[in-house]
Amino acid sequence: MIALEAINVTKIYGTGANAITAVDDVSLSIKRGEFVGLVGPSGSGKTTMLAMLAGLLKPSRGQIVIAGKDIGRMSEGKRTKFRGRYIGFAFQANNLVPFLTAQENVDLLLRLNGKFNRQGRQRTLDLLERLGLSDRLQNRPGQLSGGQQQRIAIARALIHEPEVVLADEPTASLDTERAHQVVQTFAELIHEQNRAGVMVTHDLRMCKYVDRVIQMMDGKISRVITDAREISRLAGAADELDGGYVARTNGKPALAGDPMVAVQGI
Amino acid sequence: MSFYLAIKEVWRNKGRFLLIASVVALITTLVLFIAALAEGLASANREYIEKLNGELLVFQEGTQLSTTASRIGRGSIAELRRVKGIEAVGQVGFSTLKLVPPDGGEDINVSFIGVEPGMPGEPTVYDGQQLMRASSNNVIVDEGVVARLGVKVGDAIRLKVTQGTQEEFYDLTVGGLTDRRQYFFQPAVFAPILTWDKIRPGGDAGDPSADLVSNIAVVKLADPAQLETMKTAIEQNVKDVEVADRQRAWEAIPGYAAQQSTLTTQQFFTFFIGVLVVGGFFQIQTLQKVAQIGMLKAIGLSNWTVGWTAIIQIVTVNAIGVAIGAVGTLALTANFPVTVPILLTGTAALTTVLALLAIGPLGGIVSVFVLLRIEPLRALGMAQ
Repeated sequence: MIALEAINVTKIYGTGANAITAVDDVSLSIKRGEFVGLVGPSGSGKTTMLAMLAGLLKPSRGQIVIAGKDIGRMSEGKRTKFRGRYIGFAFQANNLVPFLTAQENVDLLLRLNGKFNRQGRQRTLDLLERLGLSDRLQNRPGQLSGGQQQRIAIARALIHEPEVVLADEPTASLDTERAHQVVQTFAELIHEQNRAGVMVTHDLRMCKYVDRVIQMMDGKISRVITDAREISRLAGAADELDGGYVARTNGKPALAGDPMVAVQGI
Repeated sequence: MSFYLAIKEVWRNKGRFLLIASVVALITTLVLFIAALAEGLASANREYIEKLNGELLVFQEGTQLSTTASRIGRGSIAELRRVKGIEAVGQVGFSTLKLVPPDGGEDINVSFIGVEPGMPGEPTVYDGQQLMRASSNNVIVDEGVVARLGVKVGDAIRLKVTQGTQEEFYDLTVGGLTDRRQYFFQPAVFAPILTWDKIRPGGDAGDPSADLVSNIAVVKLADPAQLETMKTAIEQNVKDVEVADRQRAWEAIPGYAAQQSTLTTQQFFTFFIGVLVVGGFFQIQTLQKVAQIGMLKAIGLSNWTVGWTAIIQIVTVNAIGVAIGAVGTLALTANFPVTVPILLTGTAALTTVLALLAIGPLGGIVSVFVLLRIEPLRALGMAQ
């Protein structure tokens, strides 16, 4: 079942001679229970795409359909309400409310959706236990490591049973080992809970946990990889190059350092 | 949700919010003190006139309602008594002299006020007796004198008067005590008008042939509702007089209006400083929280919720500060010595506190508008 659909989506910043097309006529759809990695070098349009999928940005053209509703046509207020109900978020940084405990941060989405009851609270406890944070329930973000904070953000993104879960560079501030742990758990939960997940990442090593890789380049989808072996080889090649999209020339991935190029022959 | 987030943040950051609440408390204390000082000084200036048991005060024409410049003789009093609608007229004379403490301390300046026994102008006693005869040596003293000397009914008091270059002393007996009736910043001693005329500096020293001249006459009307009509009637029927109601009379006391306007200006400036301080604090706090607010909006908190959260915090912190300041000021003023002109009346305190509660948050409103304008995309660093 399709949970999220982008239909001929274009985003243009500025007007006239200063107009820049950040996303150019992109279409994609994501099913429930599917975890998609949206990759590409800086300036490829993946963050703009994610912002539109999240309803944080209106497309200049095209439609973003979540739960059967075109969110691009909603008013600002309605989109905000829609985000709270149908979308779960994990950001690169500033994920958590600093004055709330780990448990309260997760409960926040339950309160927002009127689900802060006995069952909801129990679900929070179960999820945090599943993420290995049972002994950190009463700690505030400042008392937690980056990895722990990111896991709490994941719990918060999932607790209110959203249609779509979006993550923007969730491993950017983590070391390799923690990054793998976080994304692996994220992927497991998306599959277990049958959500549609999209993760924007620079780090192609994290692609080993996704079901499909969508690469963007210059605002367009330049490549889609769905084969598990191909994805695995991409992540492996990235592993050898210590990440991915690291060696660049003139704003584009250099051939020698591009894992996408490395796996081209698969 | 707004209440939950607002209170959680305040509670979890008690130190920071207590700091700004303390600043608000200090501003409240300052504003209340200025209000109390204004009221105290005003009261010290006008208390006797404010509490007069007559509706109108009659002054000599052309003296600009000055109690010291005005002279009202017996002839005018007789004319006043003939005006229809006047129930009673009393002569009142003012002078300043010194009260000599029996234990030898520093002399105390007092307003020495001559009144006609049983006539308007004579204060009502709460202990002892009203004045009996126009020339007796019994006097009434107000609570200001009681607080300074500890005198009671039956005690003797000694007044010092400088007649020319000669110092003269007069021993009088306290016949009655009345509530606070200060006039011209001094506690008051009320003597029968003839006794007053005999003792006051430049008086007639009891010369029976001299006209008994007072400063003003206090008029009690048969129908107090006819105030304006009676003012006109008196000015038409009595020669060379000018009539004022009590409020106009005390507002004409030299320096009264200037003093009050100075204090009111100070009060407004302190209010203004309060608004700026509260506004500045919340503005800085808002700027520090841009990313957090952006995240909250991104995950689904509406502008309404974010705005209300800020308003609840501003109002709460301001209210806590005002409460601390008000309680502290009340406790302090209650313990001030009677000689300090600080008077925090219920009305003045309540008005000031309500004004602070209402005006304080105004400064914070700017930060609410800033909060409402935060774009989640930009705040999260996802904007292009």
